[in-house]
Amino acid sequence: MAAVGARLAAGLALIGLAAVPPFLPKYGLEVLIGILFFAYLGTCWNILGGYGGQFSFGHAAFFGLGAYTSTLLLLRLGLTPWLGMLAGGAVAAGFGLFEGYLSFRYGLRGPYFSLVTLAFAEMLRVVAVNLKAVGSSLGLVVPSGSSVVAFEFAAKLPYYYVILAMTLLALAITRLIARSRMGYALAAIRENEDAAEASGVNALATKLTAMAVSSFLTALGGTFYAQYFAYIDPSLTFGPSISIQGLLPAIVGGAGTVLGPLLGAFVLTPISELTRAVLRGRAGADVMLYGVILILVISFLPNGLMGLRRSRRPAAERAT
Amino acid sequence: MSEAAGLEIRGLSKRFGGLEAVSRFDLTVAPGEIVGLIGPNGAGKTTVFHLIAGFHAPSEGTIRFEGRSLVGLKPHAICRLGLARTFQLVQPFAGLTTLENVMVAAFNRAREVDEARQEATRIVEFVGLGPRRDSPARHLTLADRKRLEVARGLATGPRLLLLDEVMSGLNPTEIEAIIGLIRRIHERGVSLLIIEHVMRAILALSHRLVVLHHGEKIADGAPAVVARDRRVIEAYLGDAAAEAAR
Repeated sequence: MAAVGARLAAGLALIGLAAVPPFLPKYGLEVLIGILFFAYLGTCWNILGGYGGQFSFGHAAFFGLGAYTSTLLLLRLGLTPWLGMLAGGAVAAGFGLFEGYLSFRYGLRGPYFSLVTLAFAEMLRVVAVNLKAVGSSLGLVVPSGSSVVAFEFAAKLPYYYVILAMTLLALAITRLIARSRMGYALAAIRENEDAAEASGVNALATKLTAMAVSSFLTALGGTFYAQYFAYIDPSLTFGPSISIQGLLPAIVGGAGTVLGPLLGAFVLTPISELTRAVLRGRAGADVMLYGVILILVISFLPNGLMGLRRSRRPAAERAT
Repeated sequence: MSEAAGLEIRGLSKRFGGLEAVSRFDLTVAPGEIVGLIGPNGAGKTTVFHLIAGFHAPSEGTIRFEGRSLVGLKPHAICRLGLARTFQLVQPFAGLTTLENVMVAAFNRAREVDEARQEATRIVEFVGLGPRRDSPARHLTLADRKRLEVARGLATGPRLLLLDEVMSGLNPTEIEAIIGLIRRIHERGVSLLIIEHVMRAILALSHRLVVLHHGEKIADGAPAVVARDRRVIEAYLGDAAAEAAR
């Protein structure tokens, strides 16, 4: 019965997400796009960080590679970002495999892995700042217009449906992984890597697979960002704030659960908007308040908001 | 190729810096055999397990299982070949349930989730953890965690299982139960190499006893003979006791 109830709730939420936005004011729609954008990034991060326990602090590397690849292909070759985003995904997945292989092959775990990912993202940021061919620190302006083929829309609403579809896709992929052999292998690695190996889990291959999926999907988010804001520069796309804002929804909502990042984004983004509105004009104060709220959430809800749910279902299968 | 015979270790040595933890160690475990590996604390028993299971690389020597060399293989690859181990300090996947812990190992043979769940359920029942099936592993008692270690090893479908002190810290009733469990595992056709300090148990179970002292093998033979061996008594109790025992 509980499962039926959960399905009903999910169905209603989905209908709401699909049907309500056309009637929202512009600001409300922008906030909703922001929520889904961070839910999407959190969901991508969650595959490697939440399920596999490999805390990347540098997912901006993949985000930026996606944004820059599709934008450069568009500006230089006139390739539609719909295809450019797949190319960006491939570039990011390749970079993720390279980064992952270097880290995992040499046994970097926990904070060491986090620092390496942070360093790689920073490295790419510095490269982008200094490379004239990619616009250096001035960044790149994405042409704006109104064409479905060119992934350019005059209104916000189409962007909303694009990010909604991307988020649902990422959630579906997460659910598929969580309920497969790979989901169990990732959970085992997260809990105890030595014992996982002793149980026949190929830790290196499993982590690399998760890395490839996570980085590919994160890069698609980068293309979305480029098309939506029509402008990218090195610090916006490769900077640490994208890495942090991408992992926070997962941590706050519940890492290693399918819906955690979505829930986290629905809580965090409005708080962020609210603190910004309340403390308008006092530079930095909103970030401080936001930080305090984060500290409180993480202190009192170590398993995230999903941890509040007393699920009787097994941990690896907490899929809804 | 000769008839592939269980586990064969020849001239195995492991040095950590200046310390020779295992020194020119030979060991065989024939198919269907239960071999006890004993020795005082620090003799190098667990190091031998780490070397066999691929957690350490040997400094010298060969390790062959069913005719194939294990040296240089990763632990998961050795597990796939049908050689599983348990950990002396239990290492459950704390956040997962008993069943999920065992399922992870069952995927070593199973392809599908349902298949792994069925196999894991059978093994959880077999080791007597049925009532704790859906408890998170972090809530299990030590005795149950030891059973979980055995269950996870068994779920990988091994032909040789290495058990590292699965009885330590247990009370006599729990030890009796584990002895019964090990016998039933053996009846399923699994050979066993067992490290154990509980002498009564190891004497009752082993077909053969191997004694390790300061990284070297000092005895290898029938349990009753080895237990009366002068060098073994010296190793455990010191020279004076060996004199008195004469």
